[in-house]
Amino acid sequence: MTFINYASREINCKIVYYGPGLCGKTTNLQYIYDTTAPSSKGKLISLATETDRTLFFDFMPLELGTVRGFKTRFHLYTVPGQVFYDASRKLILKGVDGIVFVADSQEERMDANIESLYNLEENLKANGYDLLKIPYVLQLNKRDLPSVIPTADLVAELRRKDEDVHEAVASTGVGVFDTLKSVAKQVLTELRKS
Amino acid sequence: MTDTPIIMREQQYERIVSVLSKLRFDSSSRVVFLVDKNGQQIAVQGDVSNLDTTSLASLAAGNVAATGGMANLIGEKEFPTLSHEGERESIHICIIGRSLLIVVFDERSSLGLVKLRVKQASRDLSTVFEEMTRDSERKSASDDSLFAGITDEDIDSLFN
Repeated sequence: MTFINYASREINCKIVYYGPGLCGKTTNLQYIYDTTAPSSKGKLISLATETDRTLFFDFMPLELGTVRGFKTRFHLYTVPGQVFYDASRKLILKGVDGIVFVADSQEERMDANIESLYNLEENLKANGYDLLKIPYVLQLNKRDLPSVIPTADLVAELRRKDEDVHEAVASTGVGVFDTLKSVAKQVLTELRKS
Repeated sequence: MTDTPIIMREQQYERIVSVLSKLRFDSSSRVVFLVDKNGQQIAVQGDVSNLDTTSLASLAAGNVAATGGMANLIGEKEFPTLSHEGERESIHICIIGRSLLIVVFDERSSLGLVKLRVKQASRDLSTVFEEMTRDSERKSASDDSLFAGITDEDIDSLFN
């Protein structure tokens, strides 16, 4: 749910990175954090286990500039990807404005992608949203690894509507900002329509 | 979407700030925040120079969401207040409708005093929120045109 503050002239939106465990959600955020000017970002908060697996969420606020005199601030969240953290994932989707589904392109993670996407649809429904209506982008991550499935096959399997699809290597930043731009644009377009 | 968007007017913002300011004074606390349940900061009063307010707001919302989830599991609707006591600094969180009132206090105050003052402030804030909800539901035509006027170029310029 977009938060518009007329007093401080701010638009605040919530974007959630979703996907199976170890697909690169936190890596997306880490890259955005590392390459953004200090004046545009807040702290990157990671609630992670001792082995650096996301336990609850990662969070970072990102200021993109002004639209019609309103500062636009995107609050970027990741969910914990591991299957047994489902209750936490459901909570993080509350109030979401846009979703990035980060798919792991490796052949052996295909089942995990499908399971996570199904889980996303279910959890959105539980929060009163519909994947077909909400701003949504599909990112095919880890394109640099040897055992990747061809893009066309991944798209055929994972694309749910006419969403933008971005190939990415989050660890080096390939496709990270294209993905963010794509979802942010949809969120702002939605604001224009509402 | 499940909720109507919250739209806060300047006058309502000023009223919220004055309630927070009074609460901070009456409870002898360090900082008083109001954030929405999604972690968006609405207003803050007090010395925040050494405090990352955005992160605090998002973590408080996560905290409330997590304990709310636990409440549901044991058959409660929610836990309306949460308190975390540290060696020197403590935090008290109170749920007011779709918002969270967060009070950061130290040994100059006490949990009892904070709870008492928060109760009073909650009533005042509820009145403002009811008004905000009514306003948000009937957005004026001028608001529609403000955002309807956003062009693709406006959006693209954010990424240049």
